[in-house]
Amino acid sequence: MIDVPHAPPGSRTSAGDLTAHGVSIGYDGRPVIEGLDLTLPQGRVTAVVGPNACGKSTLLRGLARLHPLIAGRVTLGDRDVTNLPRKELARLVGVLPQSSVAPDGVRVAELVGRGRYPHQGWFGRHSSDDDVVVMRSLEATGVADLADRPVAELSGGQRQRVWVAMVLAQETDVVLLDEPTTFLDVTHQVELLDLLHDLNRERGTTVVMVLHELNLAARYADHLVVMCAGRVVAEGAPSDVIDEATVLEAFGLDAKVVPDPVSGTPMIVPVGRHRRADGTLAPDGSAEPRE
Amino acid sequence: MSSPATVASLRTLRHRRLALVLGSLAALVVVLAALGLTLGAASLTPGRALLAVVGVGDAGDLFVVHRLRLPRVAAALLAGAAFGLAGALFQSTLRNPLASPDILGIASGASLGAVTVLLGLGLTGAAVSAGAFVGAATIAVLIWFFAWRQGLHSIRFVLVGVGFAYLASSLLAWMLASADQRDAATALVWTVGSVADVRGPALTVLGVGLVVLAAAVAALARWQGPLALGDDHARGLGVATDAARVTTLLVAVALVALATATVGPLAFVALVAPAIARRLVDDGGPALSVSVATGATLVLAADIVAQHGLLGVSAPTGIVTGLVGAPYLLWLLATHERRSRA
Repeated sequence: MIDVPHAPPGSRTSAGDLTAHGVSIGYDGRPVIEGLDLTLPQGRVTAVVGPNACGKSTLLRGLARLHPLIAGRVTLGDRDVTNLPRKELARLVGVLPQSSVAPDGVRVAELVGRGRYPHQGWFGRHSSDDDVVVMRSLEATGVADLADRPVAELSGGQRQRVWVAMVLAQETDVVLLDEPTTFLDVTHQVELLDLLHDLNRERGTTVVMVLHELNLAARYADHLVVMCAGRVVAEGAPSDVIDEATVLEAFGLDAKVVPDPVSGTPMIVPVGRHRRADGTLAPDGSAEPRE
Repeated sequence: MSSPATVASLRTLRHRRLALVLGSLAALVVVLAALGLTLGAASLTPGRALLAVVGVGDAGDLFVVHRLRLPRVAAALLAGAAFGLAGALFQSTLRNPLASPDILGIASGASLGAVTVLLGLGLTGAAVSAGAFVGAATIAVLIWFFAWRQGLHSIRFVLVGVGFAYLASSLLAWMLASADQRDAATALVWTVGSVADVRGPALTVLGVGLVVLAAAVAALARWQGPLALGDDHARGLGVATDAARVTTLLVAVALVALATATVGPLAFVALVAPAIARRLVDDGGPALSVSVATGATLVLAADIVAQHGLLGVSAPTGIVTGLVGAPYLLWLLATHERRSRA
């Protein structure tokens, strides 16, 4: 626990780091990621960022076994989970995929209750323990008041919280989220990331999320992984990782990096060709940062 | 107010609704069964008919009820239950209300198999049932083979299935057209479906088969909750999705084959019964048990209508279910578009 500075005493982080060893993942036999080694630290919030089609979602899907590995293995602590029975894996690693559609008519508490599946026996009876976990998950995500509402009636932000609650009800030490903020407006994005931060700090849950929004990733991640073309370009604390050279390398984006006025974490400000405060425009269209 | 009790009370409400729905359908079945036993050329009062069921009454009453009417009512109930359950499994496992065995050609495959044995090999009885099973399973495997691309995709499965439905129907029509007329009349039952002539052994096979397969479904039903959330969620929750789909659909194919082998295809029951059931339960689940009940109710009602010409038509059961089912299919096609974005 010493290496988990933020986790409060008594939190139940026990699984260990989630590690990819020489992992290759691809579609139709064409690898998107080849021989990747990566360690996602236990009890921390890790954000994986990178340009479109860099393989960040593919990596997450491979780690969660939503997509088969071509080569390599995945370990959680000292346990090899590459060939673990799915149900057993589902008690260790929870995953929120990119798109989630709730069946018609299902109510919030029922949907969250489906997160208890990996803990239930062959006939899937709900025990009173399950009810306690479901309610706790609803409360942790701030949707307890909606417990008996149909999921279809909720707003996008509420619905995403309900899906997070379902993953929480799995009671896993690791939670993987694939672009959890994609369909949310900025208010709900921040709300959801605050929620994930709380979960990490209060429960010691290892959170790994693929994020699109670089500045939010830099603010909320303890550990940032920057990917480009299936490779890890840089990883570490956001303040160590994010600089103008890395942003240019990974995203091909000319940008200024300044301290975030709220959090002090690095904030990326794209340069672009137009709308500069001093009115200059690079004649060849390439950006020309002024001193 | 927000406590684990909220979660439990929601479940209690669901159980109550389920009990209410099943109870109402059971009452409806009893009324329809009484009608089915009472109506007919030999007029019986409901009282005498019910007494005859338990073996009380004169020889004529007993003959009419035990030999003629009871088997017909039982066949309608059992076949309807099988089609309803099979349809519910297909639709929820493939997450598509159109993915019913009649649309997919599984039912046509069963008919084709039965008719092949009947006309082609000149066999009757159990061989015909076996033929239906082989036919349904063959079509299922073929759809599988053509629809499988690194996993089972619902839309492709349905489209390939529709193709095979046409193929099977065409082959069937060809076989009937080239058969001599008397045989073709017998074979018509296999193409349209009727519960009129199901007797002792066939009924026993249907009943026992249904119980065995329903027990299998009960054991596999736990996959339905996660599967309904989509493949990624289902895998994340610990379900081996491809294996779960294959196993569930195999049982569903067996149900279709069993029922088709006994009473013929009975169009649209497998499509409509689960839809009604889901509407009645409305919990986002597959409504398996209620589909059994709606299927049984539908077929029994359709057969009473068909047998006694209540709508001005006296026709095989399958014609009436088709008349009810076709408009529903059109409505589904018209409204499905906006809901199938996922």
